Parts: sequence; C-alpha cells; structure tokens
Amino acid sequence: MSPIFGKLTFAAIPVHEPIALITSIVVILALAAIGIWITANKWWPYLWHEYITSTDHKRIGIMYIVLGLVMFLRGFADAIMMRAHQYFAVGQDQGFLAPEHYNQIFSAHGTIMIFFVAMPLVIGFMNFVVPLQLGVRDVAFPTLNNVSFWLNASGALLVNVSLFIGEFARTGWLAFPPLSETAFSPGVGVDYYLVALQISGVGTVLTGVNFVTTILKIRAPGMSYLRMPVFCWTALASNLLIIAAFPVLTVTLALLMLDRYLGFHFFTNDGGGNSMLYMNLIWVWGHPEVYILVLPAFGIYSEVAATFSGKPLFGYRSMVFATMVICIVSFMVWLHHFFTMGAGADVNAIFGIASMIIGIPTGVKIYNWLFTMYGGRVRFNVPIYYLIGFMLLFVGGGLTGVLLAIPPVDFVVHNSLFLVAHFHHVIIPGVVFAIFAGYHYWFPKAFGFTLDERLGKIVFWCWFVGFNLAFMPSYLLGFWGGTRRMQHISDPSWKPWLGVELIGAFFIAAAPLQFRGPPRRPRRGSLLAPQAEGDRARGTHPGARLPAHRNAGEYPDRRDRRLLQFALRVRHHLVHLVARHPRPGRRLRSVRVVRVARRA
Amino acid sequence: MNSTAWHSQATRSRSLRHALSRASAFAILALTTGCNRGILDPVGPVASAEKTILINSTAIMLAIIIPTMIATVAVAFWFRRGNAKATYRPDWEYSGAIELVVWAIPALTIMLLGGIAWIGSHQLEPSRALASKIKPINVEVVSMDWKWLFIYPDQGIATVNQLVVPAGTPISFRLTSATVWNVFFVPQMGSMIYTMPRMATRLNLQADRQGVFPGRSAHFSGDGFPGMEFNVNSVTPQQFAAWAANARGSAQVLDARSYTQLAKPSSYVKPMIYSNVAPGLFDAIVSGRAPPTPQLPHNPQAEGPAG
Repeated sequence: MSPIFGKLTFAAIPVHEPIALITSIVVILALAAIGIWITANKWWPYLWHEYITSTDHKRIGIMYIVLGLVMFLRGFADAIMMRAHQYFAVGQDQGFLAPEHYNQIFSAHGTIMIFFVAMPLVIGFMNFVVPLQLGVRDVAFPTLNNVSFWLNASGALLVNVSLFIGEFARTGWLAFPPLSETAFSPGVGVDYYLVALQISGVGTVLTGVNFVTTILKIRAPGMSYLRMPVFCWTALASNLLIIAAFPVLTVTLALLMLDRYLGFHFFTNDGGGNSMLYMNLIWVWGHPEVYILVLPAFGIYSEVAATFSGKPLFGYRSMVFATMVICIVSFMVWLHHFFTMGAGADVNAIFGIASMIIGIPTGVKIYNWLFTMYGGRVRFNVPIYYLIGFMLLFVGGGLTGVLLAIPPVDFVVHNSLFLVAHFHHVIIPGVVFAIFAGYHYWFPKAFGFTLDERLGKIVFWCWFVGFNLAFMPSYLLGFWGGTRRMQHISDPSWKPWLGVELIGAFFIAAAPLQFRGPPRRPRRGSLLAPQAEGDRARGTHPGARLPAHRNAGEYPDRRDRRLLQFALRVRHHLVHLVARHPRPGRRLRSVRVVRVARRA
Repeated sequence: MNSTAWHSQATRSRSLRHALSRASAFAILALTTGCNRGILDPVGPVASAEKTILINSTAIMLAIIIPTMIATVAVAFWFRRGNAKATYRPDWEYSGAIELVVWAIPALTIMLLGGIAWIGSHQLEPSRALASKIKPINVEVVSMDWKWLFIYPDQGIATVNQLVVPAGTPISFRLTSATVWNVFFVPQMGSMIYTMPRMATRLNLQADRQGVFPGRSAHFSGDGFPGMEFNVNSVTPQQFAAWAANARGSAQVLDARSYTQLAKPSSYVKPMIYSNVAPGLFDAIVSGRAPPTPQLPHNPQAEGPAG
C-alpha cells in the first residue's frame, strides 16, 4: 500500500463505465469553463471577500441556496436515470445500468436529495430570513455560520468526488448494516457516505446551535416570542430538532465507522453485534429529520399565505402551538419505520398512534392556511400557486402517511413503492414546493428584482403535473406488491406505468428553466455587483429594499427605540415583499404590529 | 380529388377514434385488473383483514380530505383579488369557534383511526397463531444471498425459491437470514416480516385458495436483490402430502457441503428441492453455527494492490 495514496490507485477511475466517465469529463470541463469565466471577469477577489469568506447571513444564505440548487441537478439526474433504467429493465430487457451502478444511483439520489439539497435549501432560507425577521444584524455566531456552510459544502463535494474516483455506497440512503459492514460492502462507497455525512453533519449541528442561540437570545428589543413571525418559530423548532437529532446521527455513523475501520462489533452479525440497534438509532435521527425539513417549509407557507391573501395569518398562536407539538411528538415515533421487525402488538400500536397524532397539528395548519385565505384578497402570484398546489397534494400524502402508521396496513405496504410514493408525496409538495414558493417570494429581497411570473407559473404546472404522473402510479404498483430499489422488474405488466412515471420525470425536468427566468425589467450591471438600496438607475426594483451588509447602517444601542422601529420596518417589508403588485386598498398592518408601534 | 380528401379525413378520424377507444379500453383494463392484484386480491384471512382495514381507513380519511380540497380551491378562487363580491376582512385573524373545529376534526379522525390501529395491531400481530381447527404446518425460512431457503422441519425436506403449502391450513413461519436483512413478503397472503441474521422472527399466514402466488424479498439486500423471487404454490392437503412424500425421494440432500454450495451468492435461482435436511439447520443458522457463508465475489474497486 502506498504511504501517500493508501488504497487509491488508477483503478479507482471509472474508465470502464462510460456513463460515469463522460459525466466526469463534462463536469470537469464545465468547472474549468466557469473558473475561466470568473478569472476573465476578475471576479475572484469579489467572490472571495463578499461570498466565500463572508460572515453575512444573507450571503451565506444565498450560498446555501446555490449549493442546494446545484446538488438538485445532480440528484435529479440520478432520478431520471433510475426512471429511464427501470422503464428499460422490465421482463426480458435488462436496462442500461448494471446492479452495482444502479444501486449506487439510488443510494446517491436519497443521500443527496436529503442531505445536500433539502437541507442546504431549508438552512439557506433560515439564514437569509431569520435575522431580518428578528431585526438583528446577523446570527449569533457569524463566523461559525460560514464554517457550517463550508462543512456542508465539503460533504457535498465529497459525494460528488465519489462519482469520479472510486464508487458511492450501494446500500441505500441509510446504509443499514450488516449490508454496510465490510463483510458485505468491502468497497470505498460506504466510506464516502460515512465521511461525507459526518462532515456535513457537524456543520448542521453548528447551524442548529447558531440559530437556536440567535432566536432565543438576540432578538430585537420588543420582539417577544409571540411577536415573532411564524417562520422564526418554525426555524426555532427545526433547529431544536437539529440539536437533538444530529448528534444521534453522528454517533450512529461513528459506531459504524468503528465497525468498519477498527474491527468493532456494534452492528456486525458476529461478535455480539446487533443490527437492530442501528435501525433504531438511525431512525431516531431520521424521523425528526423530515420535520427539520418540513417545519421551516410550513413557515414559508405561512408567510406566503398571509402576504398574498393581504391578511395576517389566521390563528397565529394555534400555528405556533401546532409547530411545537410537531417538534416534540416527532421524537416519539421513530419505530413506525420498522413495524415489520416483529416488536409486538403493544409496541407497534403505541408508535402507530403516536405517529398519527402528528397528523392533528398538521391538519390544523392546513385549515389555518385555508382560513388565512378566507376573507382575504388572494393575489395569484407564483408563491400562492405553490401554496394551493401543496395544500391539495399534501392532504393526500397525509392520508397515505396515516395509512402507513396503522401497523396492519403497514404490514402489506412497508418498503413498497407505496411508501416511495408516500414520501415523495409529502416531501415534494411539502418541502420542494415551499422552497420554490420562498424562492419567488424572497428573491426580490436578495437581488432587487422579481422573477418572471409567467415562466414561474409554467414551471409550477410542470411540477404539479409531473409530480402526479411520476408518483401516483407508484401507489398502484405498491398495491400490486411492488418493492422499491429494484434494478430489474420481472413482471411485464408494470411497463406502461413505469412509462407514465418516466413521462412525469420529464415534466419535472422543466424545473431548471425557472432559474433562467429573466427579470421583469432589464438590468444593467452585474448580478454579482454590490447593490445599493432601491437603486433605480440599475433597474433594481424600487419597492424592494435590499438590506445592506449587517442589515443596518449603524447599530443602535440595545435599548434604542430606533432598533425597534427598524425591526418593525423590516417585518413590514417582508409582509409586503412582492411589492410590484398593488397593495390592498388600505394600509395593512397586523393588530400586533400596530400595538407594538403604538407602545414604541 | 374531393372524395379522396374526404376519404383520408374519414380515415384519419376513424383512426383517431380507434386510438381513443383503444386508450379507453386500456384505461378500463388497467383499472379493473389494477385493482384486483397483489394486496387488493387477498387469498387468506390475514391479507383479507388487512385489506379491509386499508379500505376502511382510506374511506374515513377521504371523507375529511375531499371536502378540505374542495374548500381550498373554492376559498382561494372566491377570495381572489379581482372578485368584487367577496368581502375583504383584513383584520380577521382569529376565531375561537373555528379554532375549536379545526383542532377537533383531525383529532376525532385520529381517535377513530387510532382505535382501528390498536385493535388491528393486536388481532393481526404476525407472531399470533391463526384461529383454526387444522394443525398448522411449520416452515422455517432462511434468506440467503440472493434466494430463499424454505425448510419443512416436520417433513424433513427443504426447497429453494418455491414454497408449497396446503390450502386452508395455517402456516407457522420462523424466519432468519444467513447474511443480511431481507423481508419475506407474499402480497396476496398478507403481512411481511424482516428476516434478520442471528435472530428469528415469527409469522403466521394462511392461503384459503389454491393457486400460485408470487412472493419476494421486500428489503434491499445487495446486487442480486431483484432476483429474490419465489412462488407460493397453494395446493390441496392431499396434493401437499403427495408432494412432500415425493420430495423426500429427491436425490439432493441438504448437508454441510451442499449448504456451503447453496450459500454462494447467486440470483434468479431456479426452484430446487432437497430431501433429508440436517435436523436443527435453522437453529444452527440463527446461532451462527451453520457453515459460514462465503464472502462476496472479489470487488476490483475495493482493494488496491497488496503491499
């Protein structure tokens, strides 16, 4: 073994796999082209000082969102390869991916979409929005915030390197032992998985500490808990979950690392190991993880519902309470991921009922958004499309979720395509739609111009139709007894439905168009150049005030009334963010804000 | 020329109609055959009960969510900005009565479904013996890389990727795995359960109907996973007895040597029958005393050159 490169040899380069090789070459060329472009424009110093080393929460938020969107392309490429392969791997046909390649792709798809797409996007929105809503200069630990981002980005980079050097895990996105132990996965794939998640996991824990501290300790004076916008509440709940859950992930993966590298026996078949322990531990993290993602998404929907209905959020206190109930109960339901382990009727029933209880506050939220629109003047901009699309789809995803929480039903649909349909049915409308809604909603706050509405609506319909085509047939296939993670399907009668799903995936492929959307007014100057507030000359939107670096020109004394005024102004602007649409007839203020202002 | 144009138009519309009728025929066929397969076509008491719970729970929830979906669209549409008839109430942000109702609707639904879950979990607990006057037959299931070994301890025989059972007789399964986790699942017979190395799970199922029911592993277990398919042949008790007697005369014996041979990784394995199974093989596998299973084939990416 080489003292420098260890086990690494040229054999790790996938010269024998054309798909991986061509992808590698294309990605390297694209990166080189971007590098040359940046160098030619002399943007490196600007990027270095204003983004890469920035401790400004808005810049870091934007970097998170860029990371999430780039990784979204990778995760989606995996998805479309799986769909295409499955369509061509029915009956006599063998498709175009060998099992060892297909298994890497579905493992990478799950890992990337959760850890390096959904997490950076959600954390990006929290970074950008929470300090503005709280009326503070920045998060509690700005430098740590930058470190968190780069830890996450390093993890993402490592996952992508596995495409070019070596291989990725072939064990599914949670790497269950004993399959992920060296006895059954001797390759470097699981090592990539473990190291990438450990690095990004540390970054996520630091983010959690940072945001909980920010929200609990450094709100602007007068910004009491029950005056915080609901997005801040959901961010608080999400970050509390991060602090509680991510250390469990770190420890679980560390135990697996000890097994793999030092010959321990935590989860092995021999030596007294117990793989059921891993299953429990990973889902103790894994179930709260979905609420870490979906709670801030609910926060985005709450902001969107209020703004575009021209009304305050209906039942604010109820929403806050529902958020915190979900936060707590989500830690008591992990066992529903393995009812079929044979834990016994009492255990299964208790965890099943606990899981259903989460449906209650979630249902309340749906009704509260509904009543927020009731009596409002609903402006049909892109974010409200996503909100309504979400409300229509999410109740269906909730239905199938409650079905899965009933143990005797789970006994026949566990691990099936029904399950795959269910979690895409909640995570795409629940999280992905919220991200797009928030993207359209807050984009002017970040860059000073609104995104194209027409294109945004086209993309919404692509997602809406594409989602239904791509995942509804899976419910049916699940009823047929269809299992997930199948590299080959024996039953030819699946083929038409897999074809429908593939067409759905192509509909969704229209999504990247969104990010080429031209601004409503032509811009002069570069997107990367620093933007002054309401700079009309450069075509930025006059209504959208861009918060400056550190958010305020001067930082008043903590007891200074001006800070309160500032906080209220920021909140006011966020409420009326998409300002190019005429505001409702009267000047709108929520009762709470008026009360605060009067007191001030 | 006119008539030709008319003709081609007629042909086009006829072919369009033809295509439409074919598409609708496909849709009807897909729906009728689609809803009478897998877990929706149960063949035993467990699967029937589970299907009933599935359908009832879905109906209960649809009664709530369909009105909610309609209300969502209706409210958003009626209160659109351009609708002068809609009343704008910009300060209406709380109503105690509505709060009570919106908490009560999901809570009552979940109480009802929670009751179903509690009773269903206990009645359909996989380890619970089925109520029947007929003595159950015992089957020991071992998932291997990547095939299923079914041991009939009472008959002293074993099969691979083929499970023959007498119709109308409860089957009492004990299950384990020789390598990694899998799930034993026959959709038409009901409950699935994990097979886990060094542990034994229990499952009780029954097929009331004769026929061939596909089964497979439902938990990803490695590269050969798609090939972990088997069929359940449900036959009359007489046919089962005859089949078992015939199997005992089979030439293949399941001993340490043939077990080691069988344990080598392979996928899409054709059904096999073994006579004369070494007694206690299942317990030996559970306790790790069985011949060790060979490792995965050499992976070129896994190891660099020695040194």
